[in-house]
Amino acid sequence: MALVRDNPSSVDLLLRQVDYWRTVYRRTWRGSVVASFVQPLFYVAAMGVLLGDYIDDGGASLEGAPSYLAYIAPGLLAAQAMQVSAAECMFPVMSAIRWVKTYHGMLATPLDVPDIVRAHLAFVAFRIAMSCAVFGLVLAPFDVYGSVAGALCAYLGAVLVGMAFATCLYAFAAGVKSEQWFVAMMRLGILPLFLFSGAFFPISNLAPPLEALARVTPLWHGVDLVRMCTLGQPESGAVLVHLTYLVAMVAVGYWWAVRRLRARMVV
Amino acid sequence: MSQPTQESFELSRDSAPHDGPMISARGLRKSYGDFEAVKGIDLDVQPGEAFGFLGPNGAGKSSTMRMVAAVSPPSGGSLRILGMDPAKDGPKIRGRLGVCPQEDTLDNELTVRENLLVYGRYFGISRREVGSRADELLRFLQLTDKQNDQVDSLSGGLKRRVTIARSLINNPDVLLLDEPTTGLDPQARHLLWDKLFRLKQQGVTLVITTHYMDEAEQLCDRLVVIDGGQIVAEGSPRQLIEQHSTREVAELRFGVGEHEAYAPLLADLGERTEVLPDRLLLYTEDGEAALAQVHERGLAPTAVLVRRSTLEDVFLRLTGRSLAD
Repeated sequence: MALVRDNPSSVDLLLRQVDYWRTVYRRTWRGSVVASFVQPLFYVAAMGVLLGDYIDDGGASLEGAPSYLAYIAPGLLAAQAMQVSAAECMFPVMSAIRWVKTYHGMLATPLDVPDIVRAHLAFVAFRIAMSCAVFGLVLAPFDVYGSVAGALCAYLGAVLVGMAFATCLYAFAAGVKSEQWFVAMMRLGILPLFLFSGAFFPISNLAPPLEALARVTPLWHGVDLVRMCTLGQPESGAVLVHLTYLVAMVAVGYWWAVRRLRARMVV
Repeated sequence: MSQPTQESFELSRDSAPHDGPMISARGLRKSYGDFEAVKGIDLDVQPGEAFGFLGPNGAGKSSTMRMVAAVSPPSGGSLRILGMDPAKDGPKIRGRLGVCPQEDTLDNELTVRENLLVYGRYFGISRREVGSRADELLRFLQLTDKQNDQVDSLSGGLKRRVTIARSLINNPDVLLLDEPTTGLDPQARHLLWDKLFRLKQQGVTLVITTHYMDEAEQLCDRLVVIDGGQIVAEGSPRQLIEQHSTREVAELRFGVGEHEAYAPLLADLGERTEVLPDRLLLYTEDGEAALAQVHERGLAPTAVLVRRSTLEDVFLRLTGRSLAD
């Protein structure tokens, strides 16, 4: 019997990489679970509960949220998904290209560039899903969900936010020549998005031009989507816009990622 | 379970038989922007053959290997690997090749065994089959004791062996080895050569690039000398030496910087002379006789050595340069 079969399907090619990613996960899961449990707990305690007391006393308008905690919880969830993407799609991609050279080994087998990108992104999706699940459960005792259905929608929304960032950050990482770019991306991209995209305060507090800018950022769409879910106040028009935006970002990011990785690896 | 010794290791040749050369290239070119790394080479590698690319660093060996490995698209000319076109059937071709790249691409944080298992799965080999295949290869490359060590902790020689074991996980028809022993100590090199020799005996087609003439002489049935992206000679190591060099070489050392001046005084004693920075080479059929004449002329080199011609001499003759950088 032949060891190597010809003409495998894309699903088969994806499944062939499961053992690799499972091995990677076995090596790293402890740290990532602790991080995704502890970090949200700190944020929720410090900002949601303690800082929230001051804000609630001040009677701030929070876009219909009953408390500051209920206001920032969905923002933190969406931002967490983005952070996991940033961690999984920048240094690990460069490592697979330049340091450990995992991709070079993979490309010497029947796997092709799109197969490799899909498997890596599938692993990132799994990491985001796990991390958001832990985060979502940590939030549950704080009574931030309007309903179980809302909680589930918020969870799916957060995973979508994560994947929108994942494909685009992957594409970014596949093309850059130096890891200095990642530092720049964290400081000038991820951090300002985290702070100014409506996770912590309504963006109507920003000056009009900055508010307009915040409204076109991906994290704002994500935060607003997840918040509508947890507060149980979905507006169908806005939900549609958010979903379209994020799904388009996933698709364009994926297309760009394959293109950039091919340009980098197949020379 | 029977415990086969490493000698009984066998490659079951299981892919469809293929008529004609395993690799065939005509006018093969590779450019990176304005730089032309491979400038039109023709070659055929026959089944079961150990074929070598001998040349200095930067000669275009690795570029050629990457094209032959169906990972780098040719910029011009035609290339057939196992009768297929790499532009159309890249994945299919790669499924039947084993690749041992110049730089190890092992996963340092995985164990030796995990590296083999994970890699075998990329070829679609079932988990059970890949396990027994890994055991076999670990025995063959004498890595069984190290199988649960993290690759990170291994020496360069051991890592090379793991890379070779990994490249054999899919029972390849052709094994591509890019500078397999560069950077290894002599003991590790000899062990590796022994393993490659056994593979060759089992009928695996080997394609090797090297800038070590001794490696080329040891392993290759046939080789091409490549320089500046072009093939400058082709043949078996013996043929190349016969065609391009004399039987023997007398190496003469004089004072530093004096070699150039001595060359004309000796030129008629052999077929040819070469002046290297540290010595003068006198090519002749009888080295001892030539040396005697050198002494008769009253010349007193500080050190002398008579040896047989090697591929190094062939390379020097063909390119005017030494293989060492």
